Amino acid sequence: MDVSEVEREREAYRKRERVKSVVTSVVSSLAFVALVVVTLRSSPGWPQVKESFFSPEYFAMAWPKVLDGLWLNVRVLGVAALGTAVLGTALALVRITTSAVMFPLRVVASLYTTIMRGIPMLVVLYLIGFGVPGLGLFGRMDKAVLGTVAVILSYSAYVAEVLRAGFMDVHPSQRASARSLGLTTFQTMRLVIVPQALRKIAPALMNDFISMQKDVGLISTLGAIDAVRAAQIVVAKTYNFTPYVVASVVFILMSVPFIILNDWYAARLRAREQTGGMV
Amino acid sequence: MAVDSQRPTDEGSAKVLRIDNVVKRFGDNTVLDHVSFDVHRHETVALLGASGSGKSTLMKCVNLLEQVNDGQIWLGSTDITDPRVDQDKVRARIGVVFQHFNLFSHMSVINNVTLAARKVHKWPRDKAENKALGLLERIGMADKAREYPDRLSGGQQQRVAIVRALMMDPELLLLDEITSALDPLLVGEVLDMVEELKTQGATILMATHEMGFAHDAADRIVLLRRGKIAENGTPHDVMDNPSDPETYAFFHSRRRP
Repeated sequence: MDVSEVEREREAYRKRERVKSVVTSVVSSLAFVALVVVTLRSSPGWPQVKESFFSPEYFAMAWPKVLDGLWLNVRVLGVAALGTAVLGTALALVRITTSAVMFPLRVVASLYTTIMRGIPMLVVLYLIGFGVPGLGLFGRMDKAVLGTVAVILSYSAYVAEVLRAGFMDVHPSQRASARSLGLTTFQTMRLVIVPQALRKIAPALMNDFISMQKDVGLISTLGAIDAVRAAQIVVAKTYNFTPYVVASVVFILMSVPFIILNDWYAARLRAREQTGGMV
Repeated sequence: MAVDSQRPTDEGSAKVLRIDNVVKRFGDNTVLDHVSFDVHRHETVALLGASGSGKSTLMKCVNLLEQVNDGQIWLGSTDITDPRVDQDKVRARIGVVFQHFNLFSHMSVINNVTLAARKVHKWPRDKAENKALGLLERIGMADKAREYPDRLSGGQQQRVAIVRALMMDPELLLLDEITSALDPLLVGEVLDMVEELKTQGATILMATHEMGFAHDAADRIVLLRRGKIAENGTPHDVMDNPSDPETYAFFHSRRRP
């Protein structure tokens, strides 16, 4: 390869800079960790905190029980994600229609998303979890089912707004192009608008999903034996808080793959948008 | 082909598009004020006018993206302003290319071109792809069939959009400022393609700012001014020797030699 003196010199400089920045970041990370460790160890209450939150024995004891509870969270999450997708899409579609017939539905959907995004999730859980059985309409209901319904109702409002923004973000020419090819309104939506909108808002939707993963832990407040509730039961028996750390660890482990996937997808999308779009 | 059977001896002047006293208002603003003109078979008509003269609105009315407030538009023997006609069927008979963002960014070139054939006309995929590849071959872009639009230059994108519009052999091709968003270097390849379509006998109505191209390629110039037809004649009569001083000013203050 024929490389000029100038380029060789520049490349050597860049290499030195790269090494320098790697060394700097390693050193600063080590210093940070050391600072945290020293601060914790030198605080007077550390031995007690360590025993009640980070005890290996209690960790081992709580692990299988919490993991059992997590299986309920996973099932609730699966159903809630599907339910939210359906209800959120329906709400978004109602909100973007312009037909006069849909006017009352549009008002309802708009009120719904406004109110639901304003109510704390915990209150929604209480309203559904204790209010609906109080009506006495459906007989005894499973706490987990009620919790799932509450999660769906709450998250649909957020997801509907994200979807709506995505649908509106597709350039009007795309709709016009689809319509001028003779595609029906429904085909235009299904084949052109929705696929393009989903690509753009996928990172935002995945973010909502990751957030939902931990919020399904809130169904423990209704008494359903999920991972958080299982931890709580162990804590109540032992007066040691390590099971809560166990619950945190399993929730973190569950979310990490999706967080990595989301970061990867968002980065890819950004790269694509920056290289594309040349006219 | 109803038009043919009605006028068997006069094929050359059969009217593909008849715009008859069309009125379009946005609130109090009358954008199209009793506009009437025809586009005959194999004819290329250039619709010219300053910004705000009503060109785009007229194109949208022909494509049923806007509803007229009065008058009629006939495509062959169909009154497309009749609310009882199936609008999707009418749109499928007209090929349209817009200024930009024509192609669906999430579909490859071949899927863009074959979409209407597959989904609207229910052709099997291989039949649609054969025809599409033939059309792409003619513009030297068959090797780009599997590429996505963002990998193409703006000129290539517009040429693919034209191929997509031609896919179902439309009775009329509407070209709405198709070169306005392009780099000047890429305008030529798109205009060459339009020129070729014209020699193949396409019927074209185009709104454009390319005065030179309109002059050379169009059979007829329709000049809109404040929503009314100011001129309707051959490029020579309208552009080179207009009797109206305002028309003269429009062409001769803008033309760059």
